[in-house]
Amino acid sequence: MSGSSNVAAMKKVVQQLRLEASVTRVKVSQAAVDLKQFCLQNAQHDPLLTGVSSSTNPFRPQKVCSFL
Amino acid sequence: MPWETESKALLKSRKITSFPHSACKMATEGLHENETLASLKNEAESLKGKLEEERAKLHDVELHQVAERVEALGQFVMKTRRTLKGHGNKVLCMDWCKDKRRIVSSSQDGKVIVWDSFTTNKEHAVTMPCTWVMACAYAPSGCAIACGGLDNKCSVYPLTFDKNENMAAKKKSVAMHTNYLSACSFTNSDMQILTASGDGTCALWDVESGQLLQSFHGHGADVLCLDLAPSETGNTFVSGGCDKKAMVWDMRSGQCIQSFETHDSDINSVRYYPSGDAFASGSDDATCRLYDLRADREVAIYSKESIIFGASSVDFSLSGRLLFAGYNDYTINVWDVLKGSRVSILFGHENRVSTLRVSPDGTAFCSGSWDHTLRIWA
Repeated sequence: MSGSSNVAAMKKVVQQLRLEASVTRVKVSQAAVDLKQFCLQNAQHDPLLTGVSSSTNPFRPQKVCSFL
Repeated sequence: MPWETESKALLKSRKITSFPHSACKMATEGLHENETLASLKNEAESLKGKLEEERAKLHDVELHQVAERVEALGQFVMKTRRTLKGHGNKVLCMDWCKDKRRIVSSSQDGKVIVWDSFTTNKEHAVTMPCTWVMACAYAPSGCAIACGGLDNKCSVYPLTFDKNENMAAKKKSVAMHTNYLSACSFTNSDMQILTASGDGTCALWDVESGQLLQSFHGHGADVLCLDLAPSETGNTFVSGGCDKKAMVWDMRSGQCIQSFETHDSDINSVRYYPSGDAFASGSDDATCRLYDLRADREVAIYSKESIIFGASSVDFSLSGRLLFAGYNDYTINVWDVLKGSRVSILFGHENRVSTLRVSPDGTAFCSGSWDHTLRIWA
């Protein structure tokens, strides 16, 4: 009966929502501080952020080719 | 129907006289189901309301406010350092090898190519039996690649350096969906693959046996993208789809743990923030957004009035400070994740940017485009 499958589907939706509603959350202020901290702590190790010199970045233009 | 209203009245008064048994049963069953369906719908609505309320209570500040005192980023000089030419049609997907140098890419004409990005040489090439190879991935060992698309499958090809061997001969079919394959990724090893499909599901497969280990149901439409959480944060992954939802899944149980629905259109790309506590999304609604998993909500939107074309692909720099996003207007925008502002716009591609990934050591990123090329930027 399409009626009972509607009920079954709806039960799943409600179960899922109950699960999602029960998640423990932190305040955005706390979460944001942690995101910021992570960025700042790892900034020095981020080559695209700091810009890496040719000697250490294999993609940047480097020594001129020489024929042997 | 007259006997329905009669049975309602009778149930209320608790007087049950003689009724044809089947009609009575049907009437009361129909009644019971209608009441259950209605009460379930009510519960669903009130739970949704409660969810929004709880999320709103914790929304005490914006991310960019917290980042006000952070030093602004300077000028960025990022240029195309290599152009990989060789595909005969639109490049749809690419992935880096862990060796930080090799790249696999796939295109609309069915070709999958493995490149050495330092030299731009092609190391391997295989032609798939289907067109629109929308997904490709490099195995963690660097010894195999996976790909798929309109064939509804994900196949694994071992990479061999034996010039006499035909790559296609060792092909292994792993995943089978009932619609196109949109994304695939190896998990921590060469042994398992996670797939996303136009059939609305994601699935986890054992590569050796081809066995389905877990399936993930919940999206209301095609799933377009997925990303695995950084290994330290455990067994979860995030997926995005045409239902405008981003969903976070527990890989072991198949359960959806959190879901987010704030985009106005298809989510084309999702990528975890390097700490694993958040993820970014790129959408056809021309915005990219950041969702924090512990706050359980969207915490930033990266958009501009002048950006009106969809974002197809996003990735973070190593520290998570920069978000690179490729768009359908042929450009790549570089966003300051904390401050929410755009720091750079990169031109170069001559058609839509369809795929974008930062290299494993963060020294460069690669973009693939409908202009048939891939570009390495640094």
